[in-house]
Amino acid sequence: MRLDLLLRISSKIFLPFIILFAFYVQFHGDFGPGGGFQAGVIFAAGVILYTIIFGVKKAQKDFPEKIFNFMVPLGVLIFTVTGLISLSKGYNFLDYDALAHYPKHGQHIGIIAIELGVFVTVIGSMVSIFYAFVGRGKK
Amino acid sequence: MALTTLGIIRLRNLFSVVILSTIYSFLMATLLLIFDAVDVALTEAAVGAGISTVLMLTVLYYTKMNEEKPRYRSVLPLIICLVVGGLLIYGTYGLPPFGAADTPIHTHISVQYLERSINETGVPNVVTSVLASYRGFDTLGEVIVVFTAAIGVLSILKRDKV
Repeated sequence: MRLDLLLRISSKIFLPFIILFAFYVQFHGDFGPGGGFQAGVIFAAGVILYTIIFGVKKAQKDFPEKIFNFMVPLGVLIFTVTGLISLSKGYNFLDYDALAHYPKHGQHIGIIAIELGVFVTVIGSMVSIFYAFVGRGKK
Repeated sequence: MALTTLGIIRLRNLFSVVILSTIYSFLMATLLLIFDAVDVALTEAAVGAGISTVLMLTVLYYTKMNEEKPRYRSVLPLIICLVVGGLLIYGTYGLPPFGAADTPIHTHISVQYLERSINETGVPNVVTSVLASYRGFDTLGEVIVVFTAAIGVLSILKRDKV
């Protein structure tokens, strides 16, 4: 862990920007390229970089594995609940016009909500799979 | 791209193979960027070059670095690949010229999406509005696919812990 001082410092500098870029891709997906899936992968890459540089134990202390395992079904729930809300207001399933008085606002809210669902599920799956691989230990 | 593919086939050192496939993914992302498919290019760069490289390297850490010599001849698969590849290339001659505006996919529904998206959803990026709004149900299916895949991999990898 001592020899890779340069790597550790430079990745410390990089990490906030990776996470920030993930959120940029997430919330700017309406206007530019990107969306929940890409943003989730970028965020997961940030966590994985942290794990590689600082070791599995420290990473699993700072980003507990349980949170990511919990995120996998949580995203699907966010997505489905968004659809069910519009269904409960008498519209079609996943018809976001129901979510606000003005249809365009409803569309915006709906798209952000389901992109959030995608984002959460993708981060959860990627990091959980990575942790599961790493946690096996060298035999 | 052809060179990296040949390298992947010929090399026996798995580390170089992983790095070459990363290079292949980046080239693919550049190609998609040239085709103006920015969203797909971003996905290819993030998933193909980023996450899958890291996962492959993690797997390599647990196995050996060098592939063993194959125990069977690869002539028959090679012939099948060449025949199928040749048929596919022959099929591309039936496609309309690249970028032609009067092809079926550009005249039916995509025009509708392009014209109606900004008025109906207020989202400037048509890719997002199609994915999230018009085809929201498809995207729900995709999320469930990711969910199922994650559950499957986790239940295989963590079998011994339960």
